[in-house]
Amino acid sequence: MGSTNTAKVDRYKNNFLKEVEENVEEGDWVRMCMQCGVCAGSCPLGPHWDHPPQEIFMMIRAGKRDEVLASDSMWMCTSCYNCIVRCPRELPITHIMHGLANYAHRLGVAHQENPTRRFAQMFWNNVTKTGRANELKISLGLYFMDGFMNGIKKSLAMKKIGIGMFMTGRLDPFGLVQGRGCKGSGDIDKMLKKAFEIEDHRKGYNS
Amino acid sequence: MAEVVATNETIVVVGGGISGMTAALEAAECGKDVVLIEKNPSLGGRVAQLYKYFPKLCRPTCGQEINQRRLKVNPRIKVLTMAEVEAVSGQAGDYSITVNQSPRFVNEKCTACGACSSAVTSEIANPFDYNLSKTKAAYLPFDMAYPQQYVIDPSIVGTEEGEKAKAACSVGAIDLEMEAETINLKAGAIIWATGWKPYDAGNIQPYGYDRFLNVVTSVEFERMMDPKGPTAGKLVRPSDGAEAKSIAFIQCAGSRDRNHLTHCSRICCMATLKQTTYLTEQFGEQSEAEATIYYIDIRAIDRFEEFYNRVQEDEKVSFVKSKVAYIAEDKASGNPILHGVDTEGYNRYAAEHDLVVLAIGMEPSVDINALTSEISTDASGFIQLDEENGAFFGAGCSTNPLDVNRAVQSATAAALRAIQVVNQISRAEAA
Ligand SMILES: Cc1cc2nc3c(=O)[nH]c(=O)nc-3n(C[C@H](O)[C@H](O)[C@H](O)COP(=O)(O)OP(=O)(O)OC[C@H]3O[C@@H](n4cnc5c(N)ncnc54)[C@H](O)[C@@H]3O)c2cc1C
Ligand code: SF4
Ligand code: SF4
Repeated sequence: MGSTNTAKVDRYKNNFLKEVEENVEEGDWVRMCMQCGVCAGSCPLGPHWDHPPQEIFMMIRAGKRDEVLASDSMWMCTSCYNCIVRCPRELPITHIMHGLANYAHRLGVAHQENPTRRFAQMFWNNVTKTGRANELKISLGLYFMDGFMNGIKKSLAMKKIGIGMFMTGRLDPFGLVQGRGCKGSGDIDKMLKKAFEIEDHRKGYNS
Repeated sequence: MAEVVATNETIVVVGGGISGMTAALEAAECGKDVVLIEKNPSLGGRVAQLYKYFPKLCRPTCGQEINQRRLKVNPRIKVLTMAEVEAVSGQAGDYSITVNQSPRFVNEKCTACGACSSAVTSEIANPFDYNLSKTKAAYLPFDMAYPQQYVIDPSIVGTEEGEKAKAACSVGAIDLEMEAETINLKAGAIIWATGWKPYDAGNIQPYGYDRFLNVVTSVEFERMMDPKGPTAGKLVRPSDGAEAKSIAFIQCAGSRDRNHLTHCSRICCMATLKQTTYLTEQFGEQSEAEATIYYIDIRAIDRFEEFYNRVQEDEKVSFVKSKVAYIAEDKASGNPILHGVDTEGYNRYAAEHDLVVLAIGMEPSVDINALTSEISTDASGFIQLDEENGAFFGAGCSTNPLDVNRAVQSATAAALRAIQVVNQISRAEAA
């Protein structure tokens, strides 16, 4: 992946805006931003992340490539759509944020510690393994993400919900050892491989 | 109703604001016959509702007085008030216009003594104050109204109140039998000076105009400064009548926004800069009163830059480069709290003020395409100058959001164009 990142840097030199326009989903909207600040002020997560969308868009234009791609902002987006609804220029802000997250991730330069990103990766690994989400592994993985003691605490706190899920058949108690897969999980593997191939080819990753 | 004689050499002007009055006067003073149609009971339009107007900060009354004097001495202009154009057909040089005139219930004999008004007790919402105040159901629209003729509201016609008003009039000017009339006119050219209206602030959901008492519009703010206005000239809060000493102005309220009006309303920046001077006027140089302007960018067009510079020097006025994201209300104090992030430093703020003034956008007052399909308009519905329009000419704010100076220029241009059309007709008829 590192090689892809270097290739992109070489290709776009200092024109990060162009790189975003050509590689990031809905990235060609970025130049439409008039820096009014409505999105930044509308985001419920706004106070808790590095850069509000308004700032991210200005940083893209200013060529702050490393700071943008490593920002935790796009991982904090909860898709509430408040910004899209209010943006006077109708920028698809939520989609751009997810596009940036995806791009940074594929280049291997995304924010390392951000819990949302780590959870997303965990979920992906879990669900693509057998083609079916293994709730027990996901939950435990999430609870123990920040260390053993924390994990125990969280598991106890969530006990009631866990039992409820078990009673309604949503949680397989043997998930840790065996776990139910879906039929033909091998075909899912093939599908995903093909999808990656197409995306890599289109977006020039891994090359 | 007196006969209105109109031929295809007549110029009809629709709308009696500053633009319509100007166009009508210019054409008539060049010797053309003009019919001026105004839907309100008085001429004057929205300028009459301003407290003062930039750049010189004079009261609108002086300009109005000059125009009224010109009107009174000019026999070529026939003014129809409370009249609205219903339909238009025909082509350049030969238009037929259907006008509906509502009954005023008061005729030309009225001396504006006000006896009828004193005689009645019923009240109606006062549109001149954007319905922030009430007026008697027998009323003069405003002090400088033209014509100087009272109006009886239809709600008291056929009631005891109506009879009381009639009995109080010593010159027999009240005629409760008056009925709506349809008037058919001919015209060679039509000048549309139908002006603008404020954008419906209730549509801007995050600003809570419809929920928070202390959020008002810029047009309402103008009325508040007027000694004859809804607050008798006091800058007080609608919620509790307390003096509004910390006032926030929010620019582009409804303008430059794909969810509302896409165009820049052009005047609202200057209107806000002007309105900040009202604070000093009201509370004095030494007071702690302060204005904060929240803006995307300030558009003080060409020579207004100077005005802008002067306001920037005023220590009572601060500028925050940010479009406010949303307003919340402090329940206990009724204070609006403005939330946003500024563009110069990306600082998050939650700013509490006494009163918020929305610098509301301007949109065309009528959907001109509903009246006649022949007219070409831009994406916002403003009338464009277009050969295809035949002898329809826009004047003033029906063509663009304009200040008074530019509206008057545009009206003079429209008058000249209309004059050319009717000159051609009279030449053809003479040949
Ligand atoms: C908050 C604010 C403050 C402002 N302050 C200033 C200032 O300080 N200085 C300045 O230069 N400008 C100012 N302006 C701009 C100013 O109001 C306009 O330039 C002016 O009103 C334009 O006049 P007009 O005649 O074109 O339109 P209007 O004033 O809107 O007049 C139009 C007239 O047409 C009539 N009409 C509408 N439809 C019909 C119909 N179908 N049939 C018959 N009649 C009809 C209306 O009743 C009205 O009388 C301000 C604007 C705003 C929003
Ligand atoms: S709301 Fe839209 S125009 Fe305003 S800063 Fe955000 S993205 Fe840019
Ligand atoms: S004049 Fe100023 S406040 Fe009005 S729409 Fe334009 S930029 Fe916004």
